[in-house]
Amino acid sequence: MADEPLVLGIETSCDETGVGVVRGTTLLADAIASSVDEHARFGGVVPEVASRAHLEAMVPTIERALKEAGVSARDLDGIAVTAGPGLAGALLVGVSAAKAYAYALGKPLYGVNHLASHICVDQLEHGPLPEPTMALLVSGGHSSLLLAPDITSDVRPLGATIDDAAGEAFDKIARVLQLGFPGGPVIDRLAREGDPKAINFPRGLTGPRDAAYDFSFSGLKTAVARWIEAKRNAGEEVPVRDVAASFQEAVVDVLTRKAIRACKDEGVDHLMIGGGVAANSRLRSLAQERCDDAGIILRVPRPKLCTDNGAMVAALGAEMVKRNRPASDWDLSADSSLPVTDPHVPGTGEAHGHAHSHAHGHDHDHVHELSKDNLY
Amino acid sequence: MLLLAVDTATPAVTVALHDGESVLAESNQVDARRHGELLLPSVDKVLAEAGLKLDALTGIVVGVGPGPYTGLRVGLVTASTFATVLGIPVHGLCTLDGLAYAAGAAGIEGPFTVATDARRKEVYWARYEDPRTRVGEPAVDRPADIAERVAGVPAVGQGALLYPEVFTDARAPEHQSAAALASLAVERLAAGQEFLPPTPLYLRRPDAQVPKNYKVVTPQ
Ligand SMILES: [Zn+2]
Repeated sequence: MADEPLVLGIETSCDETGVGVVRGTTLLADAIASSVDEHARFGGVVPEVASRAHLEAMVPTIERALKEAGVSARDLDGIAVTAGPGLAGALLVGVSAAKAYAYALGKPLYGVNHLASHICVDQLEHGPLPEPTMALLVSGGHSSLLLAPDITSDVRPLGATIDDAAGEAFDKIARVLQLGFPGGPVIDRLAREGDPKAINFPRGLTGPRDAAYDFSFSGLKTAVARWIEAKRNAGEEVPVRDVAASFQEAVVDVLTRKAIRACKDEGVDHLMIGGGVAANSRLRSLAQERCDDAGIILRVPRPKLCTDNGAMVAALGAEMVKRNRPASDWDLSADSSLPVTDPHVPGTGEAHGHAHSHAHGHDHDHVHELSKDNLY
Repeated sequence: MLLLAVDTATPAVTVALHDGESVLAESNQVDARRHGELLLPSVDKVLAEAGLKLDALTGIVVGVGPGPYTGLRVGLVTASTFATVLGIPVHGLCTLDGLAYAAGAAGIEGPFTVATDARRKEVYWARYEDPRTRVGEPAVDRPADIAERVAGVPAVGQGALLYPEVFTDARAPEHQSAAALASLAVERLAAGQEFLPPTPLYLRRPDAQVPKNYKVVTPQ
């Protein structure tokens, strides 16, 4: 075990400053500083607030992770960092810290993809990923179905949300119900006491002519809001628990149905679920039920590894080292719309970089910034 | 003594090495959108030019702004991380003080104004009695609103050059120089003066709005 790569990973794509340390597929430390409370009153993540919090937390969180892991920075085999996708200003704090850290220690730097990291983290929980792995990633920033024949070099997008991310829908419905931010945990809790069949909310993009693996939660969100408003306008009490359970059922029904179908269509017998929404208890139980029926092995990491964290970045970094993938250059950029098809950002090997191309297509499946520029 | 100075609070990405006697190497690039990409290669370049390694440093000097925050944070997190790994001190200096010191080296005695571009039609600015003495704290304002307070004295920095109708005697230097920042730090260290912590001078609040009441979706 001792000869497996020892890697420190830094994650700052949204509102969590995460630093993890792993050796191969063994988790040694997972330190987190979150600014979620600072965003709560704004009803969503405010990029500048997140960036400020990352800067304050960055160095102390690195120190804490190393201490927790009980390893010396000098023994690291590499430093991995989320290069994208995510909030531009937030990513930049982590990327700059990772570069300085790697440079000062004389270690290779690996700029890695946030989405691939969400998949790779399961190696820390259930051992090496089968190849290929089917992955369903669901959070406030992303909702994607990905097929990963090789998590370090070959990740293929099968489908993604065409409008809101699944986690965003939870936040918005929580807001309509005046339950606060973030919405996921509170809706999960209330739904346990409600009837998921009480109201038949629409299942987006499930018609025979719809894209088989894409998702849409915007229509569902509007339908739920209208249903609630109709009750309020009629002067009736809104059955919050039944609404939460029925809404949640509509989301997880579509997510699991499409994920199982993708597994069957592609002949893949392993399904991995990651991202913050993977902490949802109903998603976990329904996915287990349907996987069992279909003879598919379900892999879902514990909730703390599903939400954004540094360990997942370290896990992917360790895999990069193990498979001899090229390190990134010192001019590595933070790329807010890094395509999911780039599991990492390999360097060109030239000391002083190349112009970075932003010509690739920007899909909808990355964190939505409230303001594009931090023009202060 | 071997100091590495970095400043990313303005469109300039500027890095210098100073051994206490003189500037050994420096790198100056102006590109407001690429601080993140340019800084580390610049550090690597000045060290290579001086034939030194990072672990030879005895201290880090960093401009703490004021300046556009996204770029500013690149220099600060880089400086703090280096300092932590190397176990050496990091000395924060007001970015405008570096420009004032450079103005002094260019022959301006004082009093004068330093102004940098704060975007949104505003400037970050401060008045100086002489190149080493700032009057009060830096501020962010619309040029027209401070016209009376900066009238009658020379002004340096890109913020001054951008608004000649207010800064009628605008001059070079236009951009921040880490070499000047390092020289100023050497003087202050010798004089036993205090430095600022390596945290940004945020002169504006985040542009975050608490959402208005929930918007009804049902057509009225
Ligand atoms: Zn995520």
